[in-house]
Amino acid sequence: MSDASGGIAVGSLLLALLGGAMRVSTPFLFVSLGECITEKSGRINLGLEGTLVFGAMSGYGVAYLTGSPWLGILAAGGSGLLLGVMHGLLCSLPRVNDIAVGIAMMLFGTGLAFFLGKPLIQPVAPTLPSLILGGWSSNTQIQEALRINVLLPIGIALAFALRWAFVHTRWGLALRLVGDNAAAARALGYPVVPVRIVATAVGGFLAGIGGAFLSLYYPGSWNEGLSSGQGLMAVALVIFARWDPVRCALAALLFGAAGALGPALQSQGITSGYYLFNAAPYVLTLILMSMSWSSGRSLAGAPGELSLVNR
Amino acid sequence: MSLLPLVAALFVTAVLFALFVASQGYPAFDALALVGKGAFGSAFAWQNTLSRAAPIMLTALCVALPARAGLLIIGGEGALALGGLAAAMVPVVLAGWSVLLVQGLMAMAGFVVGGGWIALSGWLRYKRGVNETISSLLLAYIGAAVFNFLVEGILRDPASLNKPSTAPIGDRYAIGAIPGMDVHWGLVWGFLVCIGAWWLMRHTVFGFATGVVGGNPRAAQMVGLPVGRLMLMACFLGGGAAGLAGMLEVAAVHGDANADLMAGYGYAGILVSFAARHHPLGVIAGALLVGGIGASGSLLQRHLDLPDAATLVLQGMLFVSLLAFETLNRKGVQRV
Repeated sequence: MSDASGGIAVGSLLLALLGGAMRVSTPFLFVSLGECITEKSGRINLGLEGTLVFGAMSGYGVAYLTGSPWLGILAAGGSGLLLGVMHGLLCSLPRVNDIAVGIAMMLFGTGLAFFLGKPLIQPVAPTLPSLILGGWSSNTQIQEALRINVLLPIGIALAFALRWAFVHTRWGLALRLVGDNAAAARALGYPVVPVRIVATAVGGFLAGIGGAFLSLYYPGSWNEGLSSGQGLMAVALVIFARWDPVRCALAALLFGAAGALGPALQSQGITSGYYLFNAAPYVLTLILMSMSWSSGRSLAGAPGELSLVNR
Repeated sequence: MSLLPLVAALFVTAVLFALFVASQGYPAFDALALVGKGAFGSAFAWQNTLSRAAPIMLTALCVALPARAGLLIIGGEGALALGGLAAAMVPVVLAGWSVLLVQGLMAMAGFVVGGGWIALSGWLRYKRGVNETISSLLLAYIGAAVFNFLVEGILRDPASLNKPSTAPIGDRYAIGAIPGMDVHWGLVWGFLVCIGAWWLMRHTVFGFATGVVGGNPRAAQMVGLPVGRLMLMACFLGGGAAGLAGMLEVAAVHGDANADLMAGYGYAGILVSFAARHHPLGVIAGALLVGGIGASGSLLQRHLDLPDAATLVLQGMLFVSLLAFETLNRKGVQRV
């Protein structure tokens, strides 16, 4: 094999990774932004994995019935909101642990989605449109890599908006205060528990949209193996991103690229370690978590009330 | 009255499930009756329930034992799969050796591999402060990937065409049925391990020290307990139990290691351990309950045409209600 052909293979591998990052990162992005809002309020919702799956199912079902993928997105967000409210209310009961409720909601949301989604495995729902940004190039691979879904720019804009809102709006301030020091927030007259319930509900809304992306764009169908831990990885991603929405967006792109590693190598003809390459995002998450966490020290930027950090 | 929340949760779950089933256009009371009948209504139902309860007891210990040390581990499914795979390799390597020795080594291989896998989460928690709940679930996904990689790669039996599997362990080394019933000996193993775990936690210095670590890690450090080692040990023993569940499934049910091994017992164990409030003996009763729910699935499907996910919905509802009724418990905050 000559050097030139090797170079081309690396180049197209990188392009495939870039395309994969653009394509696969959207669910990570939406779930992590949602979880970021929830964790800023001082609670953690591990159930977003279930919300993601349920959002994928309900979004697909509504898009199929109405013929509009946008109504599907709305339905996915709405059902995510309901699951978020459920988590928020349950955790507001005294002596109820938010991490445990998250695990229960993960199993509950997934089971419910599988039950209600049985009739949706066959039908074909309309998918979300994509934006063609690579029209200037004659290289089909570049065109393919730059064919992005409409939710990605929306999500990135949302990340910047959230970063601004956390600092510059009354809502953002109240949210951060409740998450950092509930006693102080109470003393200043902020309703701690309602703020947390709203934060969990909004987080669920965004996670539901992330799920709808899976069923309405990529892979673009509903089946029971649709999500494999994306919702959970997004929760870990928020910690790695130090509760900053813009860094969440960057981390989501990184995770997308890691998730695209398996398929990209496969398209290059490397198929032997397919399962191992598919595990790349999980391994990456573990490595990043052990780098950003460190025993004995508190996490910089962590909301003070977060049970994940204080335990 | 620590049973009150449990009874209330069971009642609310039954009502919620009936309402849900009715809202989907299925007969609610028939569905509830069928759950009872499919779980405990006949000798056949009992055998089905008990066969499922055996691995679930052990995967529940994978949650219950680390919980004593204050860790919330939910990745038992990965330990089960890798433990089962390790156990399936023993008879292939040691073909012809005595049955007792091979079965003993299978159990040991499953225990050590499963335990090591979960101990990894404990180590990450103690050394790096990484949240063990998230890391253990990530490790479960990684474990599944490693399992598939090996079973569809170098460990694959070329004779397994449609369903990639390892070489069969052979009838000689398989674990048989308890005389007089159609339930394998794994059930007895499960009982014994649960009782052993209870004894270990209740009547030994190790169990007491682990409880102190779980109750107040800082105090434990202060009185000079080896906190890290106790955490690691609790994780290792819990993961070992899950790995043993994998070994039993291989030796008594499947006869080789294949993807069917990952049937969700690891996740059912989480619910069971919480229902038992992480008590090793309570886990036995919880496993019967959740095993029964699983056993009723085929009956619901056959008689009422309910999707097979109905049992998942029921388990999810039970889990959520159990936690919600924790609020009635006066004993104080349960940290995990």
